[in-house]
Amino acid sequence: MEHTDTAEPSRRDFLYIATGAVGAVGAGALAWPFIHQMNPDASALALASIEVDVSAVEVGQSITVVWRGKPVFIRQRTEKEIAEATEVPIADLPDQFARNANLEEGADASDANRASTGKEAWLVMVGVCTHLGCVPLGESGDFGGWFCPCHGSHYDTAGRIRKGPAPENMLVPPYKFSGDDVVVIG
Amino acid sequence: MKNLMFKSARALAVVAGLAVAGPALAAGDGPHVEKQPWSFAGPFGQFDKAQLQRGFQVYQEVCSACHGLSYVAFRNLAEEGGPGFSVDEVKALAAEYSIEDGPDNEGEMFERDGKPFDKFPSPFPNEQAARASNNGALPPDLSLIAKARAATRGFPWFVLDVATQYQENGPDYLYGLLTGYHEAPEGVEVPEGQYYNPGFIAGHTLAMAPPLSDELVEYSDGSPMTVDQYARDVSAFLMWTAEPHLESRKRIGFGVMAFLILFASLLYFTKRKIWRDVDH
Amino acid sequence: MAGHSTYEPQNAGAKWLERRLPVLSLVHGSFVAFPTPKNLNYWWTFGGIAFFVLVVQLITGIVLVMHYTPNDALAFASVEHIMRDVNYGWLMRYLHSNGASMFFFAVYIHIFRGMYYGSYKEPREIAWILGVLLFFLMVLTAFMGYVLPWGQMSLWGATVITSLFSAVPVVGEAITTWLWGGFAVGNPTLNRFFSLHYLLPFVILGVVMLHIWAFHVAGNNNPVGVDPKSDKDTVPFHPYYTLKDLFAIVVFMILFSWFVFYLPNYLGHADNYIPANPMVTPAHIVPEWFLLPFYAILRAITFDIGPIPSKLGGVIAMGGAIAILFVLPWLDTSKVRSANYRPVYRFFFWLFFFTTIMLGWLGSKPAEQPYIAWIQFFTVLYFAHFLIVLPVLGLIETPRKVPDSINDAVLGKSSDAA
Repeated sequence: MEHTDTAEPSRRDFLYIATGAVGAVGAGALAWPFIHQMNPDASALALASIEVDVSAVEVGQSITVVWRGKPVFIRQRTEKEIAEATEVPIADLPDQFARNANLEEGADASDANRASTGKEAWLVMVGVCTHLGCVPLGESGDFGGWFCPCHGSHYDTAGRIRKGPAPENMLVPPYKFSGDDVVVIG
Repeated sequence: MKNLMFKSARALAVVAGLAVAGPALAAGDGPHVEKQPWSFAGPFGQFDKAQLQRGFQVYQEVCSACHGLSYVAFRNLAEEGGPGFSVDEVKALAAEYSIEDGPDNEGEMFERDGKPFDKFPSPFPNEQAARASNNGALPPDLSLIAKARAATRGFPWFVLDVATQYQENGPDYLYGLLTGYHEAPEGVEVPEGQYYNPGFIAGHTLAMAPPLSDELVEYSDGSPMTVDQYARDVSAFLMWTAEPHLESRKRIGFGVMAFLILFASLLYFTKRKIWRDVDH
Repeated sequence: MAGHSTYEPQNAGAKWLERRLPVLSLVHGSFVAFPTPKNLNYWWTFGGIAFFVLVVQLITGIVLVMHYTPNDALAFASVEHIMRDVNYGWLMRYLHSNGASMFFFAVYIHIFRGMYYGSYKEPREIAWILGVLLFFLMVLTAFMGYVLPWGQMSLWGATVITSLFSAVPVVGEAITTWLWGGFAVGNPTLNRFFSLHYLLPFVILGVVMLHIWAFHVAGNNNPVGVDPKSDKDTVPFHPYYTLKDLFAIVVFMILFSWFVFYLPNYLGHADNYIPANPMVTPAHIVPEWFLLPFYAILRAITFDIGPIPSKLGGVIAMGGAIAILFVLPWLDTSKVRSANYRPVYRFFFWLFFFTTIMLGWLGSKPAEQPYIAWIQFFTVLYFAHFLIVLPVLGLIETPRKVPDSINDAVLGKSSDAA
């Protein structure tokens, strides 16, 4: 009897630990489908790209289109706006990265890196303030670019944050010009 | 001895059950479904990609003239567990279709090339147009057809099928229908515009003319170009459109089963240990 | 849910909570230290199994609502969206649709166990009545849930069942119109069924708590049917029954998974993969398998009974088939609980079981002869069991000698076996 008393507990403990461990693994595996079902579904991921005809957008005008449920600003900038944006030293910017999905990560926030390559007048960016997600107003703010009314973020004519609580420049989505007048976003 | 009453009750139950069930079930309703071999049957069943591609070809060249596939998107053809087309093939395929989109800036609807995220366009704009073109009959959408026809194999199969996991009565029915066109036997009246087919689920005639014939679709992989092969391929393809996650369902199912059996065994021994000192 | 607790809070936090809201001692008294008869067999695990499936239904249901659209033009497509595009959406839906069947399967066994062992008898009548109420709520919930995918069976099942109310004299038409929110089953009906289908499971959860509370006051019944007399007759709920129930639940999950992963549409009806069409009725409308016995009884009354037309008679019979369960504790006149000691009752119990199986099978058959005659035969047996057999049997049956205590019964059993 004494012999079994000393041998038994360790065998029993092992059984309990094994059962508990297997149960924990199962519970963990079971949780994943219930979490993952809330991620974007296959149809949302597939709706990748839109085409926008910008032939009607004159110099100094913008249009707003919807891409992935978010507004995208497409603006043909004036000479003056381009000049203002180009003159600013990068060292003076709160966010010195281009935030341009078409460039390498870490590209600097020069005007050329923000605007459309080869078509400097065109600026395409996701019109969502990088602070808390409001949509900034165009042609306003202290820098003649965009101004977010929610918490007072000022963006310049290249969509870069200059003043206020927003941490980053507005994002440039993946896009390209297909022909002269058609922008393909996504 | 103590169970005499109980045993006689059970015997009575069995006898009464047979008396009621026997003749009633023998009569049966709906067509007789013949079990076919399918690569996707059984606990480890998977689709045969080449077969799905051939079946898609049959759908595209034959069925799609009248039947939609409205819950299926072009992109699905390149997704895991499907026919296994490449993304580029799907893009090219989608571009062959014309999709109505809009409105544009002038408020007009316009046609554009299909994109992978588009669903298969229906051959008719609405039900009325479909009926008008088909002599009053409505060609059903085929996305779910393999799960939407209550073809049964009758008693006792429907009980045994729980154990054998047979659930391919949908594709079996489709195969039986597509290969079931015959000359009507003596004395069977076939109305104008109808065709005799004992494999049809609602009566012995239907409005669909025999859609398949030998050599109708040109296969490039050397498979036989016969009605029988076309019917098998398109039925398999339609099983996939109805149940696109069948492969991952069965794969995950196996893992779940293995886990549950292991866990249940461990729990059984744990429970036995705990109860060891109790008379119960 | 009873004051059996000997719970002593161990740490400062538990002590703090205990003085203010003694939930820990409540849980301890109800599910840890709770003295449970030591001779419960595996039929007793189906209460825990049913509760487990209820939780599965609640969780998967909440998930499905995140992706489902209750609108007559969009509902069917949104279900297909769940099946095709949502990550693991097919798993969520198949768990939920098969879960309904599993819930009824477990609950039916639970009910038959209660009938076999006389668990409805004094002093557990309230637990039984709450159980019948739970069953009734489940039927309502399952029926409305079946409508939500808005397939052909959804629409026409809803039409047939709601039309039952048109059998009510004078106000019948007004009631059906009110239920539908229109002049046929349509979008308003779908929306209100969706609302109630989401609400009722939480009501069920609440009544489950009352049900547990009620049988914890009297303590569990057991296969011998004699209440525990001393500590020798009971064991603490934890770890003895927590482990036993968990083991049974995991075994049940194997059955559940068999259907979900390998036969997900076996228990459903193919016509529900055809979008609802108010112009075309399916050839053969059948409810889900767990409602078939009641559907059969509905069709048993094919004749007028005095001033009651057959249509109303069928509705009354079907309602009566559930309603009679509420008064079961007072129809059974025997003082002996367990059928183990009532040989004649045991015979009638199995006859009743067979009756319900046959009614279920007949419920799936078309409304024509010879099925109707058989349905009528078994409907008579169904009601006779409650109205004639149980009251009379208690008076004339001589039960076998009931053991003095659970412990005696257990020891007697083991000496028999040896």
